[in-house]
Amino acid sequence: MRNKSSRRAAVPAPKRTTTRAAAAGVAALACLTAAACSSSGSSGKSSSSSNPLAPSSTGSVVVGSANFPEDELLAQIYVDALQGKGIKVTPKFNIGAREVYYPQVVKGAITIIPDYNGALLTTSVDTKSTATSTADVNAALKAKLPSSVEILNSAPAQDKDSITVTQATATKDHLTSISDLSSVAKNFIIGGPSEFKTRADGIVGLKSIYGLTFKSFSPLDESGPITIATLQSGKVQAADVFTTTPQIVTDHFVSLADPKNLFAAQNVTPLVYQKGVNSTIISTLNAVSAVLTTDALLQMDKALVIDHASYTQVASGFLSQEGLK
Amino acid sequence: MSYFSIAWQWLTSAQQWHGGDGIPVRLAQHLQFTGIALGIAVIIALPAGLAMGHLRRGGFAVVTLANFGRALPTLGLLVLIFVLTPGSPASWLVPLAFLAIPPILVNTYEGVLGVDADLTDAARGMGMTEWQILRKVEIPVAMPLILLGLRISAIQVVATATIAAYIGLGGLGRYIIDGLARDEYNVVAGGAAVIVLLALAIQGLFTLLRWLIVPVGLRRQAQTS
Repeated sequence: MRNKSSRRAAVPAPKRTTTRAAAAGVAALACLTAAACSSSGSSGKSSSSSNPLAPSSTGSVVVGSANFPEDELLAQIYVDALQGKGIKVTPKFNIGAREVYYPQVVKGAITIIPDYNGALLTTSVDTKSTATSTADVNAALKAKLPSSVEILNSAPAQDKDSITVTQATATKDHLTSISDLSSVAKNFIIGGPSEFKTRADGIVGLKSIYGLTFKSFSPLDESGPITIATLQSGKVQAADVFTTTPQIVTDHFVSLADPKNLFAAQNVTPLVYQKGVNSTIISTLNAVSAVLTTDALLQMDKALVIDHASYTQVASGFLSQEGLK
Repeated sequence: MSYFSIAWQWLTSAQQWHGGDGIPVRLAQHLQFTGIALGIAVIIALPAGLAMGHLRRGGFAVVTLANFGRALPTLGLLVLIFVLTPGSPASWLVPLAFLAIPPILVNTYEGVLGVDADLTDAARGMGMTEWQILRKVEIPVAMPLILLGLRISAIQVVATATIAAYIGLGGLGRYIIDGLARDEYNVVAGGAAVIVLLALAIQGLFTLLRWLIVPVGLRRQAQTS
């Protein structure tokens, strides 16, 4: 409400709608404390997405982030890109895990948050889903998400499990995809977190989906220092490493492609409160998603974690490079 | 169901008792880690403690080293050495040996230092060499404390050797780490139970050892340890 005048200055809007947006803001705030606010979503379903030119949502949007560096970086990119379009943004970073932020997006207390489609589907929307490809996961999300929220276009960038080998191994055995392991798997020791041995998207799936049986399994950590050091030393020839682990760049690892979708898609995908976004916001975020590749994200994570660059530096660097700023 | 009963069920099911992930194999690996680490700690700490106690010097070094050893985060050291020298045995051996050295060193030093000066003077007066004094007077008299140090170290190491599983090695820690990661609490409880039983067995072993090698005249004193 404090922004009311400035908002009106930025976007000349009929007074009535501006007031309504302010009222919606009050309702959203009230939702933080009041338990019964599920009804707040039903009143104005027609406002934004069905009429993208409606000015009611060009006011301040709240961009949230989960409590880990990559998501905070993605949120910073969204903030920068939106501000570049003259949209007023309130950053609310480092909120917590999905269990914490997701209900806030559903209520509208957070307008936009960068999420990962596969994890969003299986942790918050449909825990029994077996969708693995990007298209299937997004279709399932579109079908199952509550009406107050929607997902925008997914970026090609994914932060997901991958079977990763050293550059030397990849060159020697001509490996680019998990399928290429068929002739060498029997000589390979594969490493991963303890649960990798018994999970369907682990040793079990490698056998049933790709027909691969490895020499043995070595229990390591979740794509952390133990895994990195063990893979680098050659004690294991392949390991479960997340696709945006910065050491993939610094230690010259190669993440093998997963053509049969053993690991569910984890595309960076904006989760938005439907009534809080207009066509400018949607097209801006979709433009960001269109150019955000796994490699770009990996390089940014590396800049952030290994080179200790600041979030704002990395985010604006990316946007300038892609011509979005 | 209580943790005791799920642990018991897991322990008594036949499949736990053979194969590469069976209790006998994991127990043997665990005892191997414990034995090697303890052996290295004894080789370093026992002679050092005896020498410093006999010469009655080095007390400051002993106390400093003991505090240093106690303050060292074992898990941190494990990961650090592992990342520096991936796959070498040093990554589990060094942290476990560091854990084992202080109790042996401190108790041996204090035990020998605490031998009544009248005894050593009398021995010297009888014409014993320094070596004979150490071997025939100081070590037997200090034996209850030396054994106490060994016992504390052994129990600490056998309980802490579980961390070897953290860097992908075997041992009984495998059950705890894998069980937690896979939500199999019967495995966690069962594995923990085996480690507790092992620690109790070591305690029993040292009680027996004390009864066997502490001179009868000192045994009453030894009760206090």
